[in-house]
Amino acid sequence: MVPVLLIGIPLFAGLIGFSLKDVAAKSWSLFASLLVLAVSLVGICLPAESKQLHFSTAWMGSLNSHFAVALDGTGQILTLLTALAFPIIFISTWKEQYKKANNFFGLMLLSQAGLMGVFLATDALLFYFFWELALVPVYFLASQWGGDRRIAATFKFFIYTFLGSLMMLTAIIYIYFHTPDQSFALASFYRAHTQIVTDTQSWLFWLIFIAFAVKMPIFPFHTWQPDTYEQAPPAVTMVLSGLMVKMGVFGLLRWLAPVLPMGTYIWGDTVSLLCIVGMVYASLIAMRQNDLKRLVAYSSIAHMGLMCLAVFATAEIGIQGVMIQMINHGINIIGLWIVVYLIEKQFNTRKISELGGLASKAPVLTALFVIIVLANIALPLTNGFVGEFLMFSGVYSSKATTYNVVFTVVAAITIILSAVYMLNMVQRVFYGSTNAVTEKGVDIRLNEKMVLGLIVVIIVVVGVYPEPLFRLTQGAVDSLLSKMFVKP
Amino acid sequence: MNSIVISAVLGVIMMFSGIFLKKNSSIVILAILGAALLLAVAILEMSGFHFFPVNTHDMLYFDVFGLLFNCIAFASTLIYFLLNARDIAAIGHNPGEYFALMFFVLCGVSIASSFNSLLMLFIGIEIISIPLYILTGSDKRNLKSNEASLKYFLMGAFSTGLMLLGIAFLYGASDKGSFFLDDLALGKAAGSPMMMTGLILLMSSMAFKVSAAPFHFWTPDVYDGAPTVVTSFMASVVKAGVFIAFVRLFMDAFGDIKSQWQIFVAIITAITLFIGNITAVFQQSVKRMMAYSSIAQVGFMLFSLLTLNTLAKEGIILYTAVYSAATIGMFAILVRMKDFSFEGFNGLARQYPLVALAATIFLLSLAGIPLTGGFLAKYYMIAAVMKTGTYLWLVIFALLCATVSVYYYFRVIQAMYFKEGLEQQLDFSAGFTGILILLALIVILLGIFPQLLINRLYIIYI
Repeated sequence: MVPVLLIGIPLFAGLIGFSLKDVAAKSWSLFASLLVLAVSLVGICLPAESKQLHFSTAWMGSLNSHFAVALDGTGQILTLLTALAFPIIFISTWKEQYKKANNFFGLMLLSQAGLMGVFLATDALLFYFFWELALVPVYFLASQWGGDRRIAATFKFFIYTFLGSLMMLTAIIYIYFHTPDQSFALASFYRAHTQIVTDTQSWLFWLIFIAFAVKMPIFPFHTWQPDTYEQAPPAVTMVLSGLMVKMGVFGLLRWLAPVLPMGTYIWGDTVSLLCIVGMVYASLIAMRQNDLKRLVAYSSIAHMGLMCLAVFATAEIGIQGVMIQMINHGINIIGLWIVVYLIEKQFNTRKISELGGLASKAPVLTALFVIIVLANIALPLTNGFVGEFLMFSGVYSSKATTYNVVFTVVAAITIILSAVYMLNMVQRVFYGSTNAVTEKGVDIRLNEKMVLGLIVVIIVVVGVYPEPLFRLTQGAVDSLLSKMFVKP
Repeated sequence: MNSIVISAVLGVIMMFSGIFLKKNSSIVILAILGAALLLAVAILEMSGFHFFPVNTHDMLYFDVFGLLFNCIAFASTLIYFLLNARDIAAIGHNPGEYFALMFFVLCGVSIASSFNSLLMLFIGIEIISIPLYILTGSDKRNLKSNEASLKYFLMGAFSTGLMLLGIAFLYGASDKGSFFLDDLALGKAAGSPMMMTGLILLMSSMAFKVSAAPFHFWTPDVYDGAPTVVTSFMASVVKAGVFIAFVRLFMDAFGDIKSQWQIFVAIITAITLFIGNITAVFQQSVKRMMAYSSIAQVGFMLFSLLTLNTLAKEGIILYTAVYSAATIGMFAILVRMKDFSFEGFNGLARQYPLVALAATIFLLSLAGIPLTGGFLAKYYMIAAVMKTGTYLWLVIFALLCATVSVYYYFRVIQAMYFKEGLEQQLDFSAGFTGILILLALIVILLGIFPQLLINRLYIIYI
């Protein structure tokens, strides 16, 4: 029942939200998102064998597709992240004024329902449905409430993703016809690879991978991302970068690597190379950015590249790191976006060159932000360190590739680069002397303090004591590795 | 047989309705009642009630596939009348006649969905075509309408000639000297040059009628020139009806020698998808865009012809239903618009949110976004091809084209929601909006539960 509630509450709350008055819609969606968070926490506490974590009913009979949802290790991590992120987003952007706020909040909740569905579906066709259901509301959100160039930027994003999705759909149908029992069930998909020869797996791999690569995004499918992040309204940017990119990683873990183990193995080095190139490339561009939003956007590409790299390394410790890092990156980057949003709201600019000396005007903001930045560059005792360290160990010890040392070294360089551009940004925005723009700066409000404080608490707690997260994901990691192929 | 007889009778009644009924509104009500009656008898026929036990000597064959399609076509027409009957009556001075012609077209559609002999196919297609020539030119004082009508008539007559020639070849080639579908590709005839010539001629003329490229050149001009209400009818019910005839012809007559002609269909499909989608991108008028989009949609429908398996059969039923619904909905809105350009739609969402919502759902369905019927329709088409394991290149090509189609469908959505427009006084009454929303709900319902429609294929009372 829990997975159904996780999808159903935001879905129906969203539909109701459309009919409410503007102010009521805002409170209503906060209430709904808190309710989802509560349900999600209950789901975490239930034992793994509980019947409440599974639900399945016949859906499209003639196609042998079921409305089948289940909450397992990976799903628990990501649904928790999604459930946690939405209240944070709503509270941190509470003062933002939207035209037709009821539509805005309705669409936000619909996109939450779509995200939940993606993380919960155990039927390939249902997964595809939710994959698109998450995209469409975000398209409308970003096109209607974003910046000046929002329509073109968002449209580019939509076309990219849609093309990727269609490719994936083709592959899903192909695999469906090769499952032993002609079914869309995840379990049948896991058995299909025995029927598909390696050559076929190798091109099927790309059909699916492109869909996920666009979402994450992986070089060279990333070109939509900086524009869209820049143009979308802050709340939507947080959804996009904190949650939707995780759909790509999650897809790799659940719908690609175990479904096409040979394809994944064959192309492992190629994809890893793309990840590495993308990480270095994005880091170098990030160093030259003068716009806070674009800087965070490029840093996100670099971090996602590392996650993808670790998935293809096929090492237990690395996959464990990916699981942890998915939630860490989500929390950290939402924190970064909140700060960027607060700065832009107060000073009406995102240009790093126009800011300076904020530390003297907004000490609380500065302190909290510095911790988030440190987590983002993976300093020990922060959550970022736990995830990235595990992923590096995984890549280094990988048996799936012969270039593991090269990959590790180059990836490590991008960590240094990330320290360079993040700290450089902190220095130029928060330290130094104040100027005409930042002269009248004030510190943040209570709701903003609370949200950022919460994020910092999570950062530190996970950084010091990540054990519960490991336990949560251990089962998923083991079952994933048992399905992946590594050279004997 | 119910629907053939009743639609013809209704046609005659409507033709003379002008004598008894002086007011347009009463003619409109009569037409709507007629369409409802037609739908009712078609549904009854599916449930095993045959009111006219005529011996057709196997010239007609009423299977559940054709009968179900009749129901879809009549239901679409009913909704079309409910939305646009007032606009049909307003085309010119003889409202009864326009409705009469449309009922005759429906008669042709019900013959074309149940023929078992090439002669009946020919008669069905001609009964559909001739009233359409007149309807296209029904806006007599409009030069564009006249031009479209003449163009349509000339091209249509030419393709009819091709069809007759093809039928003659097939007749000559068949062992038994017969027009029956089952006999065409039997024995020595199967694959003989004479039979293949006939087959290709027939395929070309049918491709012309459903406006598949490279036989599509009449479509944009005719769709653009004809009164918008008539275009709506042509692009939805008529196109779907002729397509069903196309599928039926090749399934029953040439299904066994599929391998010999599949490549031609594949080529037509590829060209149709390419031309339809690419040209639609460059249109400045939504009406013309919809004309090209209807060509592009035919490209997808052709997948069912390519494969002719169970999935294709189920899929084409679903496809015609959701395609007709979305097209009728879009055109119903277009009819009431003053400005057909994309800019004409600017800011529509602010003024008429419900109309814009319905239009969005129709466009999403045409583009094939999940949760709408359009997605599942496309899904069935793709799955039908994937099941055969061949022509994968065509699937990938079609998906690229589908991505292109998102571009032009979304231009309308962008205009309605994200652009500022002038205040427009448009004639969207509450009833009209309500039916549009209902239609949009049907499109979504079919996108979530396609079995509501598809399972009908397997419930047989006869």
